[in-house]
This record gives sequence, structure tokens and C-alpha cells, in this order.
Amino acid sequence: MSVKIGEIPYKERIQNGIKDDFMRQAVSSAQGRFRNGRLTQAEALGNWEDWRQLGSEIRAHTMENLDFYLHQLSEQVARRGGNVFFAQTAEEANEYVKNIIKNKEAKKVVKAKSMVTEEIGLNNALEEAGAEVVESDLGEWILQLDEDPPSHIVTPALHKNKQQIRETFSKKKGYQGSDTPEELAAFAREQLRQDFLAADVGITGCNFAIAESGSITLVTNEGNAEMVTSLPDTVITVMGMERIVPTWEEMEVLVSLLTRAAVGQKLTSYITAITGAKGPEEVDGPEEFHLVVVDNGRSKILGTEFQSALHCIRCAACINACPVYRHIGGHAYNSIYPGPIGAVITPLLEGYDDHKELPYASTLCAACTEACPVKIPLHEHLVRHRQIIVEREKKAPMAEKLMMKGFEQWSSHPSLYNLSAKLAKPALGPWVKDEEIENGPGPLKEWTDVRNFSVPQGQSFRDWFKQRQKDGESNGNKES
Amino acid sequence: MVSQMAIKNREAFLDKLAATLGRERRIEGVERPEWSVTPQYEVFKDKTQDQLVEILAEHCRVIHTDFKRTDRKGLVSVLQETIDEFAGKSIIMSNDTRHEEYGINEFFKAAEDRLDVHVWNPALGKKNQEIAESADVGLVFSDVTLAESGTVTLFNHKDNGRSISLLPKTFIAIIPKSTLVARMTQAAAHIHNMQEQGEDVPSYVSFITGPSNSADIEMNLIVGVHGPVKATYIVVD
Repeated sequence: MSVKIGEIPYKERIQNGIKDDFMRQAVSSAQGRFRNGRLTQAEALGNWEDWRQLGSEIRAHTMENLDFYLHQLSEQVARRGGNVFFAQTAEEANEYVKNIIKNKEAKKVVKAKSMVTEEIGLNNALEEAGAEVVESDLGEWILQLDEDPPSHIVTPALHKNKQQIRETFSKKKGYQGSDTPEELAAFAREQLRQDFLAADVGITGCNFAIAESGSITLVTNEGNAEMVTSLPDTVITVMGMERIVPTWEEMEVLVSLLTRAAVGQKLTSYITAITGAKGPEEVDGPEEFHLVVVDNGRSKILGTEFQSALHCIRCAACINACPVYRHIGGHAYNSIYPGPIGAVITPLLEGYDDHKELPYASTLCAACTEACPVKIPLHEHLVRHRQIIVEREKKAPMAEKLMMKGFEQWSSHPSLYNLSAKLAKPALGPWVKDEEIENGPGPLKEWTDVRNFSVPQGQSFRDWFKQRQKDGESNGNKES
Repeated sequence: MVSQMAIKNREAFLDKLAATLGRERRIEGVERPEWSVTPQYEVFKDKTQDQLVEILAEHCRVIHTDFKRTDRKGLVSVLQETIDEFAGKSIIMSNDTRHEEYGINEFFKAAEDRLDVHVWNPALGKKNQEIAESADVGLVFSDVTLAESGTVTLFNHKDNGRSISLLPKTFIAIIPKSTLVARMTQAAAHIHNMQEQGEDVPSYVSFITGPSNSADIEMNLIVGVHGPVKATYIVVD
């Protein structure tokens, strides 16, 4: 796998999302709960804007001095008995990890949830090296058994219902219990416990590396990252190069922002910081520790107008606030990073060719920017992407080109505007049902697939507005 | 300077980043700026130790954790009661001088015929993990306790294995009242100072907030996934 998930065209992906009633219901309810959680926590702090300001200052300072902090981090990891490998590309990272697996003759690898290893397609490399790979995050494990990509960066199996999960467990693991979430989770606990104990190598991602001490901070609720880093003799952490903070003090601030913005928790059940290899006489923890720092296109973002996209702490608050994600779901983005942040960074990491539609998967309502705990101006980045796509890449979607061209002529000629607005109602006749357009033609289609469009009432907006003002005045009520 | 064998491909990688940022490599001399705001120090700034205990107690409800409070004299009976609630027969705990100090060793010695107690022993190597895996209860002392989030902080080391709080079915944390601080800010500052003074930070620092849980199946909260399924905190005055 790479950042890009598959080859299904954008419009088809959207159709698939829109037709999936369970997914849409699950996404909208999850969005509501995550968003309420975030708002409740923000309110409890009372000065959430100060926290966001601090978060954004920390991220900006760190990015401006990324070479310094990565240098310090690597020195500290090495001082504490670990190894550090800097990988410019996904291939280099995979090759390095593969060699460790081969040298260790590792049979079983357990992984804790990590977006960057999805991004570089590490699992394939591990399997090529002859190891069995087990994803240990409950959601990731479900997806792995079902060979399905994640649709949300915090709850990756959001699009699956419990009957589907029961079915997967029974087909792939001989599960015979019910579809109650507790029983399903208990089964996963029992199965994965054996994997943790038997694993030769543990692989984790990284929420925040702490430069001053060479520590790797992992944030989970299930305790799987703790298993992965405590039990196997070899532990490999793979981090995107921007996942770093100067000291423990900044780690603490960003973790506080992350857990609140992601799931509305003050802290998750487990926040663990591991530093290097285990000490003399220690039983738990790795004898051998490797840190792989991955660029894989990130340096193309550094030093550009999009640099603040690297400030992202992967909380998914923007995803949970996005009205477009709500309707089309994660898979429609065809990127392991969905939602507004995905629409910003996917074209930056992999180019516009395959992802030119993503900046348009947004209403530019700015709910994402407002939700972001480190104040990334996401919707502004999306606008800038659109400009680049149109001006530099000449890749504006055809419908938009036509519409813009048409709109230009149409709106600059009042007589045309008046005429067409008046024609609209009769022209739309065939698609009208109870005064709402259900199956709009052409450019209206994608809109009406999601929601119905009110029929123009035989009058143009200007006519309507004029009428409204007149009515308002005669009623003596301008507010109505 | 550490052995360069342990660090690979660094120079080209970081040189490229510096070039991208449009300047020379920075290897020293970078200081953290003075942040324009520091809201983290304002949280529960003027609370007394007893008020922090109240805040902790309140938050335990949110994190599905039983909260108990006692004094040194009452500790062993509260401990006994909690072990009974967990139907605990086997217990694993760290090798910690506080067990002697708080009368826990004495209590377990007297309960020898009912309870199977293992004290973490580095000489036994991985055997400790096996014992932890089959234990009913993992018993730890909190090193720093965060009132705001209901979190116990453990500095793990050779006598205090990570497995103790992770592998057993249930988890009991003894929280000396003196370990309470407002929030993670104070714990992080403590560890930062440790590092500044040239002391190695522990190879494993765990911030644990209640039992393990997941919302990965239809967003239903399931308490008890990979780590312990139940947790009790006992605050000791």
C-alpha cells in the first residue's frame, strides 16, 4: 500500500460511499460524538484558544528547526543504546526494516497502529522477508483479517458493523460467539495475547518523539502499543520526520491537545514514553531498538507555503468536523489520509495527477480550520491547491471549467441571467418531485445524490429577494 | 559523541532539510522561544492537596475506575477488600521499598495461604512476564499522580517491570497523597529537569489512566481490551 489506496475513479468512490447507508450513519454519529467530546473538553479548559495558540507555536518552532531537533533526537537514541536510520524514501525504510527481520530470522511481527507504516507499505515488505505480520490495534486487526483499508485515522474500522466483524472473525479465526462488541473484543484480546507473547519483533509508529531525551511517545487506549514495546526482544519505531517535539514539556502540551481534539479524553488510557533499549537487568522492553525516520515526500512540503500542513498531529478533528467526509466517508478520498488534512497532504506527498479532485472534496466552510488544535489553515491550503491545479497544472475538473466559463458569460449579462433563471423551473420539470429536485441532471447530479435541491419558485433570486423585502416591509417585520 | 555506527544516513538527510529551509545546518544553539501563552500552568493552580484528591475522585467515574481513600492504618484492609472484589488469588508487584514501609509485605506474609504473591525479580528474567500474564492482580505504587486526568505515572525500571501494570487481568494502584499534582504538566517538568541535570530518564515511563478500552466496534466503548479489564486506585493519606 501507499498513501493512495486503489484505482477506483473518484466519482465511483463517491457513489460507493453515498450508497453505503450503514457507513454514512456510522460516520455521522461518530462525527457527532467526537466533535462533542472535543467541544466539551475545550470548554472545560476555558482557554482553548490559548492552548491552540501554544500548540501552533510549538509546531512552527519545531518545523523551523527540524534538522536541529532530529540531530538531537538521533544522538540521544544512540546514547541510550538504540539505532537510528534516516530514510529518504519508502523503499529505503522498508529495505532497512526487512534486513532486520531477515537477520533476526523473525517469524512473527506484532504492530501497533501506525499511519506511516501504512503509507510506506511496510507490511508487504515484512511479508516478503518471510514474517507473519499481526496488527494489534483492534480496528486495524479487523481490517487486516478482512483485507480492507482504513477509513478514519483514529477509528480505522468505522465503516464496518458488528455483524460484518463477527462474520470476519468466524471466517478467518473460527470465532463462534455473538456479535456483542464486548464478546468480540474479548475474543480479540485472547487471540492477540498469544501473538504478543510469541512475537520476535514489535513495530510501532510514533505520536511524538522527544528530542532532548531520545524518547518515543505512544498514545493508545487499548494498551497494544505497550505490549508491542514491552514483550518482543527487538522493537522498531517508524516515524514521519515531522513527528517530533523539543522536550517533555512540549510533548505534554501536544498530547493534551491530541487526546482532547481526537476523542474528547483528558488523556487516553495509555501514554507511554520509551527511551532506547532496555537498561541492564531490565526484563521488559527491547534488547535492540531501532528508530526509522522517514521523509517520503515530506521535505517537498518543508520550506513551502504548505509547511504548516506538517504541523498536523493526526487527531482527525478536521475529519470529524467535515460535512463532505460526513457524506462520502473515508474511502472516497482514496488516500490513507482522508478528510480535509488528507485533501491537503495527499497531493503534496504524491502529486496532483492521481489526487487532483481532493481539494474539491470540500465546501470551504472552514470547519476544519476551526477544529484544528494546532491552527493549520486547512481550508486556505485547499483554496491554494485549487489555484495551483487550475493555473499551473491545468487540471481543473471539466464540470468546473464549463461551469466557470458559463457562469462568467451568464452572470455578466443581466438579460441572460434573468432569462435563464426564469427558465430554470420549467427546464428542471422532469426531475421535480414534490417541489424538490431528486435526480438532477449534469452538474446538479452530484449534489442531488446527497441531498435534494429546492426548486426555484418560478422566480429568480433577485425577484424572490425583492418580493421578500416587500413582504417584510408590509408586515413590518424585516427579520422574518 | 556517540558511535556513528548506530546512526545511518543522517548527514545527507539533515543537510537536505536545512537546504529546503533555505539556511545552513543547525547542530547547536537552538533554544526554545518564550511562548506567547502558557495555559498549562493555570490548570488547578491554587488547589490544595486535598482538593486535588477530590478532583481525582471525581474523574475516576469518567475513566471507569474505582476510587478508594484510606490512611496508612486502613490500607491493608482496603487492599484486601479490593483483591476480593477482583476475586484475586495471584498477585504480582514491584520490588519496592514502599511495600515494607506501608505494611504490605507484612500483610501478604500473613495471607500466604490464600494469596500467591510474586515480587518482580530481574534474576528470573522472562519468567516474570509469564507470572504477570497469569496473575489476577498487578499492584503498583504511583510515582506521580495527575489529578486532572486521573492518571498514575510509573517510572519503570529493573525492579518494577512494565508487565506488572499491563498483563494481569486487573490493576490496583496505591497512590500516596503526596504524589498528587495538578496535571501532566508537572510530571513532564519533573522528567525534563531530570534530563537537564544529566540524569537518564527511565527507559519506560507509563502514564496510565484507568483500565484499557476501545471504541473500535461501532463506537461502543468496550472497557478491557489488551491491558487490564478493571482498575482501582487507593489514595493513602
